[in-house]
Amino acid sequence: MSDVTINTQAQEGEASFGDYFALLKPRVMSLVVFTALVGLLVAPVGVHPMVAFSSILFIAVGGGASGALNMWWDADIDRKMKRTKSRPIPSGKVEESEALGLGLTLSVFAVVMLGLASNLLAAGLLAFTIFFYVVIYTMWLKRITPQNIVIGGAAGAFPPMIGWAVATGGIGIESVLMFMITFMWTPPHFWALALFTKSDYGDAKVPMLTVTHGRKSTRVHILVYTFILAAVCLATGVTSIGGPFYMTVAVVLNAMFIKGAFKIWRRDDAAAEADNYLEERKFFKLSLLFLFVHFGALMGEAALAPFGLGGW
Amino acid sequence: MNFPKEHEIYKRRMSRNLGVGLVLAAFIAIVFGLTIAKINNGGQVQGLDHSGGTVTEANQ
Repeated sequence: MSDVTINTQAQEGEASFGDYFALLKPRVMSLVVFTALVGLLVAPVGVHPMVAFSSILFIAVGGGASGALNMWWDADIDRKMKRTKSRPIPSGKVEESEALGLGLTLSVFAVVMLGLASNLLAAGLLAFTIFFYVVIYTMWLKRITPQNIVIGGAAGAFPPMIGWAVATGGIGIESVLMFMITFMWTPPHFWALALFTKSDYGDAKVPMLTVTHGRKSTRVHILVYTFILAAVCLATGVTSIGGPFYMTVAVVLNAMFIKGAFKIWRRDDAAAEADNYLEERKFFKLSLLFLFVHFGALMGEAALAPFGLGGW
Repeated sequence: MNFPKEHEIYKRRMSRNLGVGLVLAAFIAIVFGLTIAKINNGGQVQGLDHSGGTVTEANQ
């Protein structure tokens, strides 16, 4: 391909609104919205619906802004990985500088607006989340440590804490445990994915655990994190936001998750290749359901409270 | 560079313009809604540059 062709494409490649929206990682944003909403709704303090709606929206915009900044910084590796090749920057629809501008503007906008809509703690937590995800994870640690997933998971785990802070203006053991659920869930979720998309991360020279410590070690890590995750989920069940309904769901789901992790731990790559990573794929699918159902159960517990059924 | 009128570039521009317009309209609606909610809730309606003393004196 000649330079002339590239230039013509760049001029013709004016982005549509959807391309800019795709920069905000809408799928990640939906997780942010859901977990932040749960954090807000399970809090013991009521919030005006308009304040709640606006706050969740600004948290989502902040999450989206950090996604745009992540895509700006990671454009080089996104071009190399099959999974990320079609993102707006590598596909040539949006320029890197546009992603940077959009990300920075929306970050400031989201933090300021959240501060005005709710309180300064919530705004501060959102600002820290964006900083953590973009600077600590994306720019600094993602490319130098195989524990990158663990660190990145922390950024994704903040939204329920922010939602809780919107309602209460503070931080509680409950909000910390909600943070811990997503934090401990992220590594087994992504390492299972890395086991069956092995070449991608290697090609992009991102130090995934599968590449640096080997696949056997990754299987051990998945099992260990799954056990810690179970402890966190059950601990959440005995706090003020837990109850019999949540506890039942948590026990069943964690038993299934541990069983899946145990199967992954027990087998080697030869066995996994033989059935095209069936157990790893099943575990990954279950992990998607796992987080959604856990937070859904917490919300269910809060919804049962007015009928005298929620909580212990 | 000139493009024929039916070129896809105009569709993309249209989607962008429409999108930005709708986002701005939604933002205005949200700020208005928030203002109403805060006033009805009896929240702080004066800016942070107003001290409590000033409010009391003004009421007197």
